[in-house]
Amino acid sequence: MGFKVVILWTDVALWAMFAALVFYIARLIRRPHLRANWQRVLRDPAALSAGVVLALFLGLTALDSLHFRRALADSPAGQQFYETRTESVLDLLLARQIEMRETSYSAPLAYQGFTLDSVAHGSEIVREFPRLAFGGAHLQDPARDWSGDVTRRALTGLALGALASALIALAMAAALAPHHGGFRQGLKDLLADRTHYPWRAALGTLSVIALLAGPTIALMGHYHVFGTDQTGNDVLYQALKSIRTAFVIGALSTLATLPFALVLGILAGYLKGWVDEAIQYFYTVLTSVPNVLLIAACVLMVQVFLDKHPEAFETGAERADLKIFLLCVILGVTGWATLCRLVRGETLKLREADFVQAATAFGVRDTTIMVRHIVPNVMHLVLISLVLNFSDLILYEAVLTYVGVGVDPGMNSFGGMINLARSEMSRDPVVWWSFVAAFGFMVSLVLAANLFADGVRDAFDPRARKLRPQVLSLKKKNAQA
Amino acid sequence: MLKYLARRLAYGLAILVGVNLLTFFLFFTVNTPDDMARLNIGGKRVSQVQIDKWKAERGYDKPLYWDASRQGAQRLTHTVFWERSVSLMLLEFGRSDARQAVDIGHEIKTRMGVSLQLAVPIFVLQLIISVAFALLLTFFRNSRIDFWGVVLCVLMLSISSLFYIIVGQFFFSRVLRLVPINGYEPGLDALKFLALPIALSLLSRLGGEARLYRAMLLEEVGKDYVRTARAKGLSEPVVLMRHVLRNALIPIITSAGAYLPYVFLGSLVFESFFGIPGLGAFVIDAITGQDFAIVRTMVFLGAVLYIASNALIDVVYTWVDPRVRLT
Repeated sequence: MGFKVVILWTDVALWAMFAALVFYIARLIRRPHLRANWQRVLRDPAALSAGVVLALFLGLTALDSLHFRRALADSPAGQQFYETRTESVLDLLLARQIEMRETSYSAPLAYQGFTLDSVAHGSEIVREFPRLAFGGAHLQDPARDWSGDVTRRALTGLALGALASALIALAMAAALAPHHGGFRQGLKDLLADRTHYPWRAALGTLSVIALLAGPTIALMGHYHVFGTDQTGNDVLYQALKSIRTAFVIGALSTLATLPFALVLGILAGYLKGWVDEAIQYFYTVLTSVPNVLLIAACVLMVQVFLDKHPEAFETGAERADLKIFLLCVILGVTGWATLCRLVRGETLKLREADFVQAATAFGVRDTTIMVRHIVPNVMHLVLISLVLNFSDLILYEAVLTYVGVGVDPGMNSFGGMINLARSEMSRDPVVWWSFVAAFGFMVSLVLAANLFADGVRDAFDPRARKLRPQVLSLKKKNAQA
Repeated sequence: MLKYLARRLAYGLAILVGVNLLTFFLFFTVNTPDDMARLNIGGKRVSQVQIDKWKAERGYDKPLYWDASRQGAQRLTHTVFWERSVSLMLLEFGRSDARQAVDIGHEIKTRMGVSLQLAVPIFVLQLIISVAFALLLTFFRNSRIDFWGVVLCVLMLSISSLFYIIVGQFFFSRVLRLVPINGYEPGLDALKFLALPIALSLLSRLGGEARLYRAMLLEEVGKDYVRTARAKGLSEPVVLMRHVLRNALIPIITSAGAYLPYVFLGSLVFESFFGIPGLGAFVIDAITGQDFAIVRTMVFLGAVLYIASNALIDVVYTWVDPRVRLT
């Protein structure tokens, strides 16, 4: 069976970002002074655990960023047509979830619908909760078998999750063995948290994830773990798809600010004089406009542009993707002022530093000085603002989508889920599961991003380290150990 | 001081000209008035006659920046750009694009009062509560209270304000039936409509702000004058309140002042969630209705408020810190 690879704008951007990440890590390995800061991040238990969670979400994003369209089987000879639906590799893994489409709302793990409906029993028509087409469809007598079946599956999943986390612990102990005098000692030290890196924290995080994912995976083949929405789609699937949207907004928007912030900030700080005045004027104008309004104005313009140029995209998915890509660009173009101000301030300081003075005395050209001496020395600011902005932007997406200038309604996103949840929560009886799913996934993503960002900031900014809350009694205990 | 304010005003005007150019470029050059007309009239087939009529009604039928067919200064003044800019600068906002009956200036006047009723209590209480919480954390620094307090802050700032609103509305209005779900009435009755949005807004921003203020306070705690104050026998609360807080006020005011424009512009999300007819809800309606005249006006108004509040913050500095002189 044939298929056509579809390369979306955000796919390109995301894979470019992954490539940059790999390149950066490869550089890190060769440079000890850069590595030291990252080692400090990894030694922070909270940051390491958050990093594990983020890496997992990043993996899901990567799977969801390989798109293709299936070939239609009944195409005429000599010509190949493709399905209008664009799928990703993640969709292949969750094919069962997409297929399990009910007619309307159903509660988590339910075997019958949420609303009363007329069901035909032979010639008789009865008002009752209809059986779901997929959720619990394998049960003979649901009223009797349901609880037993769910418990059995959940426990199996839990046991598999526990097994997985035990295997991870053994693997970690094996990895630690060379430095800790044997496997047994390695395992002991791992469990007592006596390792150089906080392996135990990572193990704990992975175990929690395994114990949550185990039952979910065990149940999701036959039930809707987070229920279904109004059109009968699986809510868990929507939440998983929303992760990519959040990543795209969080990562690409911050990346889009970089060219402006870095180039203009360094130029303003290094050249001073009228260049500085002009750039300062420029970003003051931008910051004077309330951010949401500026973004709304730009998005309205993009909307008109998309309506005028239907030839720029083939399918609905491509249109939604182009829209989110442009949204990221807009967020970048409107949001570079803060970082630019920081970079400018740092450059003003750096240009008076001895090594820059020495370079100037040797007759090194201005552009070379800026690229070779200033840029590397402001990179820590860039990195800190990159990770700090990430979580803010994910939260911002929800607000923008609510206002109506966010991502396309056809695209899964946390903002869209919350938006729907708002009306669902005012129904009677209340439909709470979409809300809970969106809340759970979004808070874990944002919390992980925040904790990781704090770790990065503490490692790269010595001043921030002082502000970390410390419990003196705990510190003493650690010092003794 | 007066000289300073005059200079500030001049720079403010320069910024306003920039903002005006930016918004005009966005709204009229990136999209021509023809596009706007098509969008506003709606429907698949829109005739050129209809578009021309729509443009003429709103005064968009002139050239955008430069009218070559005219003589002298009229080349510049007989354009959409000139007319729109001058009327915005004179604070004459004209009428809505989508509904000609709506007078934007009048709407803003009536709605701003409502927005202020919601936003002023939020602004004042937010400052007090966040600073109080930050002071508490600073007082208990290096203890479990501080540690878990910061953990709580991080957790709270990781939750979208939309979640606070939905959960708050669900519990207080639906389950407990303490306050109406949404709506608004003028006068004293407004309190029962405003209580919940105010409380939820405070809660949703507490985590981020308390953490920020805590950092600002801790920055001061390590300084020499604090040690001197302790050495002369002052108790810790007195040291914090009278010395640390007063010195940390400058950064605190700077960051709180960033919210000042929104005090007047109203909160987009809270107003529309709670059905409060303020400026925030006005903007949301304009955005969803693609009413460019209103969005353009609000962008301009926002910039004016931003510049004014920045000048105000500078004046407040001199009042908080006698060392600051405006020259």
